[in-house]
Amino acid sequence: MKAGLDDVAAWHSPAVPVRRAMKRRGPRGEGLLRAASLLAFLALWQLAAWFFASPTLPPPATVFARIAAETASLALPTHLAITLARVAVAFLLALAIGAAIGIAMGRWRRLDALLDGWLVLGLNIPALVTIILCYVWFGLNDTAAIVAVALNKIPTVVVTVREGARAVDARLMQVAHAYRLPRLRTFTHVYLPQLVPYLMASARAGLSLIWKIVLVVELLGRSNGVGFQLNMFFQLFDIAGILAYTLVFAAVVLVVEAAGLRPLERRLTRWRT
Amino acid sequence: MLDIAIDRKTYPDRAGAPHLALAGLRLTAAPGEFVCVVGPSGCGKSTLLNVVGGLDHDVEGRVRLAGADTTHDIGFMFQEPRLMPWLTVLDNVLLVTDASPAARRRARELLAAMGLGDVLDAYPGRLSGGMQRRVALARAFVIEPKLLLMDEPFVSLDVPTANRLRTMLVEQWQRSGATVLFVTHDLREALALADRICFLSAAPGRVVLDRTLALARPRAPDDAAVQALHAELLAQHPELLAGLTSDADVTQDE
Repeated sequence: MKAGLDDVAAWHSPAVPVRRAMKRRGPRGEGLLRAASLLAFLALWQLAAWFFASPTLPPPATVFARIAAETASLALPTHLAITLARVAVAFLLALAIGAAIGIAMGRWRRLDALLDGWLVLGLNIPALVTIILCYVWFGLNDTAAIVAVALNKIPTVVVTVREGARAVDARLMQVAHAYRLPRLRTFTHVYLPQLVPYLMASARAGLSLIWKIVLVVELLGRSNGVGFQLNMFFQLFDIAGILAYTLVFAAVVLVVEAAGLRPLERRLTRWRT
Repeated sequence: MLDIAIDRKTYPDRAGAPHLALAGLRLTAAPGEFVCVVGPSGCGKSTLLNVVGGLDHDVEGRVRLAGADTTHDIGFMFQEPRLMPWLTVLDNVLLVTDASPAARRRARELLAAMGLGDVLDAYPGRLSGGMQRRVALARAFVIEPKLLLMDEPFVSLDVPTANRLRTMLVEQWQRSGATVLFVTHDLREALALADRICFLSAAPGRVVLDRTLALARPRAPDDAAVQALHAELLAQHPELLAGLTSDADVTQDE
């Protein structure tokens, strides 16, 4: 039995130094790895396209040509801009309202007890139901679309931020009180920094949820935007068009995440390093 | 002139019954006086400071600080440094000021005087426990307080570090002319620092002995005169001071 365990240990031990070595290679080695993984994905796609040779799976080159054509005709940039604007407004709205409610619920137990049931309800209503009801109640317009998206996201922001508000360090708040700091400075310098990790978690999860819901909203009730275009391509069985829009949209979201949210988070949590 | 008169201070107990923390406590301090409040763990020392510092308003009694604008003239040092981890050393000190050019100059001078001139832009997480307390000490003095409240600020530090901090505290106090209310369970520490020592009873806490010290400064906890007075007090009031002599007792009664 003991010999068996030793064998297992010997079998696993080489893996440890290898992993350490990769970690030490740092960001540059990691970047190469990421590029390689992207290339591998494209290669697999190309192989699959050759293998199936079907109009329902166009090869990468066709899709990229389509992206270029749609960009040249300005159709793609226009619809993309409209969708991104909806994402941005709904995202900011959901984050602001959700954070405010979350802070209030984390702070006042009675309010928490009062609203907790609504929160559970909000968390469990399917996105589709909210969207349909918003269109029925507010009409097929942008307000209804954005309200529907924000309503879907607010409950999850509330839950996360409430967690943060409950975990606020009373001892640091006492410092603010003992030194009679003005309310605004207490909020911005003592309270809010403690919520940053929770707000950032909400923001990142929120972005990925919201841009998916926005497409559904556009598909169901708007006459422009990426979601509307996807629906049209679906009806025309235009797979290259669907893939072209999807690729560009996903790339934009990735860039927002990598060039916007991640540096922001790094800046805000600089003190941890 | 600081004048404290607390008739009753109760806490709702875990079982729901009120716990009487302080009763009939009277304590005064002359301007610029360094008063140590010594008492056993759980006698309400921290409660007393919270009441005086305005952190706890739920009390029967009054606190008066003559000649001071009580909204801005109280410095507070807690058992832990309680610095904002996301602010640099300098910003932590500036946080409690109006950030005027005069306040900035004062903050830099204080930090330099405490040997922190090289770490103004460091975050507290990078500093040792002793350095963090020095920042907290600078934060307490930067507002030029009329009254400085200190709640066992040097517990759980090694002896040389704690002694160094006490020396810095006395230097800054002598320069500032602030009245200091310093809570501790360590009689030796009180003897090394105070002009006057007020002994609190076990809960409900009240002052049971008020003793003015005639010891020259500067002094250290292990000076012969301090040791002699320590022995003398223990001989005079053995029942009163039981439990106050063990230096290892670092119970944090918050």
